[in-house]
Amino acid sequence: MVKVGIPRGLYYYKFSTLWENFFTELGAEIVISEKTNKNIILEGTNHCVSEACLPIKAYFGHVLNLLGKADFIFLPRFTSISRKQYICPEVAGVQDMIRNSIKVMPRIIDTEINLRKSEKNSWLAALYTGEFITGDKQKIRTAYKNALDKYRNERQVMKSGVLTDEFKQEAGTMSLRVIQKRSTTLTVAVLGHCYTVYDSFINMELIGKLKEYGIGVVTLDMLDYQESKDRCSELDKMLFWDYGTRAYGGTVQLIENGGIDGVIAITSFGCGVDSFVIELVEKKLRAESDIPFMKLVLDEHSAEAGFCTRLEAFVDMIVRRGIHEDNISSYR
Amino acid sequence: MKITFPHIGNTYIVAKAFLDDFGSEYTIPPFNTNKTLELGSKYTAESHCLPFKLFVGNLLQAHELGADTMLITGGCGPCKLGYFGEMLKKTVSEIGIEMEIITLEVPEQGLKELAARIKKVSGTSNYLNVAKVVNSAKNVAIQLDSLERLSRIKRARQLEPRSVDKIYGSFQREVLEVKGSKEILKFIRQTERKLKKLPQNEKARPLKVGIVGEIYTTIEPYANFQLERLLGNMGVEVTRQVTVSGWIIDDMLKKALRLPLEGEDVREARAYLSGMVGGHAHHTIGNTVVHAKDGFDGVIHLYPLGCMPEIVSQSILPAVEENYQIPVMTVIRDEMTGEAGFNTRVEAFVDLIRKRREEQLNGQNKMLYGY
Repeated sequence: MVKVGIPRGLYYYKFSTLWENFFTELGAEIVISEKTNKNIILEGTNHCVSEACLPIKAYFGHVLNLLGKADFIFLPRFTSISRKQYICPEVAGVQDMIRNSIKVMPRIIDTEINLRKSEKNSWLAALYTGEFITGDKQKIRTAYKNALDKYRNERQVMKSGVLTDEFKQEAGTMSLRVIQKRSTTLTVAVLGHCYTVYDSFINMELIGKLKEYGIGVVTLDMLDYQESKDRCSELDKMLFWDYGTRAYGGTVQLIENGGIDGVIAITSFGCGVDSFVIELVEKKLRAESDIPFMKLVLDEHSAEAGFCTRLEAFVDMIVRRGIHEDNISSYR
Repeated sequence: MKITFPHIGNTYIVAKAFLDDFGSEYTIPPFNTNKTLELGSKYTAESHCLPFKLFVGNLLQAHELGADTMLITGGCGPCKLGYFGEMLKKTVSEIGIEMEIITLEVPEQGLKELAARIKKVSGTSNYLNVAKVVNSAKNVAIQLDSLERLSRIKRARQLEPRSVDKIYGSFQREVLEVKGSKEILKFIRQTERKLKKLPQNEKARPLKVGIVGEIYTTIEPYANFQLERLLGNMGVEVTRQVTVSGWIIDDMLKKALRLPLEGEDVREARAYLSGMVGGHAHHTIGNTVVHAKDGFDGVIHLYPLGCMPEIVSQSILPAVEENYQIPVMTVIRDEMTGEAGFNTRVEAFVDLIRKRREEQLNGQNKMLYGY
């Protein structure tokens, strides 16, 4: 059986169901790299230029982790994952970065995923990918359809408030862990790219920690994308990054819907998209609501104590705000 | 309405020709200095890139001189430049000054909106006239770039130290007094003649270094600590393929007219970077390959901290370096203004490639010392 390695990084956290089901149904064995750990980050950092952001370095580590374990490595090249939108340039170029930095590589499944012009391109991408495994076009079509159904189903479940927290970090389990979107006490929105929000090593178990405090969590995946896109039209020029549209539109939705007690934005050091998007989000929040906002910047110096202190202070602040009801944030 | 625009190398001369021909009122912000950067950093978040900070600095300094409208060029991503217009608007309203931002690009609303914007700047709706002015501005840009090229060649061969700098520097100052594209073109030709007349060392075989990287940092002398002049005065012949005229022709005119654009450099880069990552990543890699094939002694790669496309090209350049045996040095610029450290690195690099050339002449072949 052909072994296909999938690095557990970047858009794996969004498309895992799609990819895993697709390859399994085609008759390939899938090998997924270990969950992110210290070693993976270390190896990744050693092979990557130091200016790249943490998720890219982690992705390098995941690819290195797969070496020797698989016949193929699935390294899709993302240009765009939605119409008229781009993806961060670093993510778009990560495949070439890896090809030119890691000398010994198994065969790469180098599908280009570009839905900028038409969403039908995703079928072409699937066809291209499938042909590495089998020559049977009909089989690819069925596999793609079934995987897509499962993926859509999962997205739907997520939207209804289920959080795929610690996204499949436990080996073997594929089940979604249900947690309450709205907790009875407090709810915090966590804004960030899927690969920082769901990778619990990179973000130092942010979501787990919030849960321990008894705080409900809302992520961008729980908000409707189409509505986010509509909300973005209030900007003079549409954001051309997919994440930007989601984050900005999502923030507008959160403000309108209410019920959010705080917003935490997690971004990686040197993230160019976030330098603009998070600033827009912060300005919007500060101008049009009194929701407390905190930005946490992640890099490979995993000093957890400082991170915890800030998080604790933030949580204390929103808890006290509820008790004293004067609604004056000590943060501002 | 008093128009202004940010500085990118000699673009102020092109913009001046453009606005002179329309008879618009404008003011040129003071040249970039540490003061500009300080002002810009004060009003922007730390994670913004250097060009954005300097744009804001230019904007504030121009505002002090009475400007109320800023002209910038745009794009449609995924590089951050495409969103500069929006971010500048937000920043302006946050600072609390009156400044309109006009982005010269084809917006989502279509060509009509672009026409409206041009009309606002030019005050004329005669498209023939607009096309004529755009064309002569383009010609100014082309002539300027050829003047720059000449000055680089001359500088590496000059007999009297800094004689090129004297002529070139006075050109940059005096051109501010010249009005209209015709006069500017005449002045450029005049300077060209002056440069050509300079005595030069005919026997010199200067080291050849290519400058590649992010467009703003490579073109704007302030952003690269006047690297071209520094290298030139060390007797190194500098080549820079990414130019203002190239930007105007490829990214503004050809894109607006939807003409195909693919030069030799982009074709060469395909082997290393097949997808689109925006910015000048393809040019960076492609030009490094082209320079290596042309037998250059080294390449210097420049970009501002946090520039996403160039991080991609930085991690690809070592592969080019190895395949084509050309030394590449990457220098990243942020708002730290420690010029001495920069100069040391450049000097060391030049020493190494000079040594390497000598070794090669003696029949040895090594990459660089320390490799």
